[in-house]
Amino acid sequence: MVRLQDLEQINRYEWEIPKSYRDDMRVPVRIFATHQLLEEIKDDKSLEQAVNAATLPGLVDRVVVMPDVHQGYGFPIGGVAATQLPHGVISPGAIGYDINCGVRLLASQIEFEAVKKDLSDLADSLNRLCPSGVGKKGHLRLKIGELEKVCKDGSRWTLQHGYATEADVRRTEEKGRLEGADPTKISKRAKERGRPQLGTLGAGNHFIEIDVVDQIFHQDAAQVMGLIEGCLVVMIHCGSRGFGHQICTDYVREFQAAVKRYSIQLPDRELVCAPLDSPEGQAYLGAMRGAANYAFANRQVLAHFARQAFEETLAGKVPNWHLHQVYDIAHNMGKIETHEVNGKQIEVCVHRKGATRAFGPGFQGLPHEYRSIGQPVLVPGSMGTASWVLVGTPESMKRSFGSTCHGAGRTMSRSKAKKTVWGEDLHKELQAQGIHIRAGSMAGLAEEAPQAYKDVDAVVETVAGAGIARKVARLRPVAVIKG
Amino acid sequence: MQPQSLSGYRELPHTADWELEIWAPDIGTLFEQAARGMYHLCQAKLYSHPRLTHRIELIIIEPEILLIDFLTELIFLTESEGLAFDEFNLKFEGDRFIADVTGAKLESLSKEIKAVTYHNIKIRETGSELKANIVFDV
Repeated sequence: MVRLQDLEQINRYEWEIPKSYRDDMRVPVRIFATHQLLEEIKDDKSLEQAVNAATLPGLVDRVVVMPDVHQGYGFPIGGVAATQLPHGVISPGAIGYDINCGVRLLASQIEFEAVKKDLSDLADSLNRLCPSGVGKKGHLRLKIGELEKVCKDGSRWTLQHGYATEADVRRTEEKGRLEGADPTKISKRAKERGRPQLGTLGAGNHFIEIDVVDQIFHQDAAQVMGLIEGCLVVMIHCGSRGFGHQICTDYVREFQAAVKRYSIQLPDRELVCAPLDSPEGQAYLGAMRGAANYAFANRQVLAHFARQAFEETLAGKVPNWHLHQVYDIAHNMGKIETHEVNGKQIEVCVHRKGATRAFGPGFQGLPHEYRSIGQPVLVPGSMGTASWVLVGTPESMKRSFGSTCHGAGRTMSRSKAKKTVWGEDLHKELQAQGIHIRAGSMAGLAEEAPQAYKDVDAVVETVAGAGIARKVARLRPVAVIKG
Repeated sequence: MQPQSLSGYRELPHTADWELEIWAPDIGTLFEQAARGMYHLCQAKLYSHPRLTHRIELIIIEPEILLIDFLTELIFLTESEGLAFDEFNLKFEGDRFIADVTGAKLESLSKEIKAVTYHNIKIRETGSELKANIVFDV
């Protein structure tokens, strides 16, 4: 177990586990946290898992840990690691089973006060049109050939089929399509699982939420994004569903043998990996990109039905019920990017697991309107608490491989949450706060209780204080739809 | 303190996911307890009729991989066909594993398991029993 005395304090918001901490570490671990958050982080195995992650072959510079970090399985949730091309490794477990789990934000000019009485109906419509919960299938039934097109084209497929606008696609990370997706590297079983699930939310911590823009901190950025204080926004949090889960399962299994072939020694079997330039590494990269594109399309289809729910409920009641896309970002992904390390520009594979890309102003891959403000970063809080819109900064490019936090981060086990919180009581409590809840299971609701998470405001204050993101707006939930 | 039964499962605290400890006197019972524990975590409730049996055949590479493969097959059957099982006839024949599992369609399922992970997976012999810890991504 890593102890606080093993850490070196760099400044108020940064700590380091030096490379000398354990013989098999290839790079140090840099943690972004306040002392108070660190006290919570040390109680689970996050830091030990970050040290394990620091043993991956081909790592450069440092493993980065975000303030919302918590224990995962192998690689910590809230971790970032970059491996150098061509021989560094790619690790499916360091990206996660829910490949391209991410967040989309849609904004509106609908004033909360004007539609307060319609929120319950709106929550019902969203709940009906956006399938959620265990084993739920979507409105779309894709044939295998069509699914393969989704894999290759991502959001572009949704544009061709009437589920997206040009602006939606433009305002999605990588324009909703990673180049190099290879459906031939994806198993038949993954495709079977993916076919009926496009346009579904799933269960667990995934949700659709209606929020009100509560406070604006960066007026220029908020204006460019179309965020208006007192108006509604919609946040969609989900990923690649059973399709991505199966792809990761397949490759974690396959890589159990690959690590032996490449004589890679690891402290945890879940960290299995293969060199990026190996046939195994290339196959996973092609398959992972397919799952990432599926997830972009999944959130786009859900956005389409969210718009339908708004139209169905609010048409004729407010002058403009349109939802425009602010941005869509991934927080479980492996991306080939160029970063400056030790004064040199090098190509690396950035593994972000529970961490968000946060590129600063000037990045050419951003939509033109965002180039001067930096990339929007969407940070959902725990159920019933605030969510945040941030932007990337030049500092994030220097210190965290252009990455920042992804949420509040769990602090309590699911079993303890269920023992501590009664789902029905929580439901009533949130309703009393004016938050409309539609949940598939009361046990699931209890597991996601706000008490089970860190304080998202403290997480955001940390990344803002450290300079790896800048605050734009705080959002307050008024309706939550959960599986 | 009550004596621990010869075979069983229990949930261990895990910040984000689910961790199950399983124990049994032999490998077949260990696999059965893993499956029962997994269905328990998901709060799987089966219809009483019609009952049906499904055969799962896998190649044995090593016991830990086999355990994960077996549970992964069960997750797939739950997701794709809405099935869960409560009777297990498991055979280890050379390098082949044959599982005849009997159950029914699911009446309800409260939680979804994304995957069975390899995190610290190890089947350990402790005296006369076998033990393992399994972490599920949820």
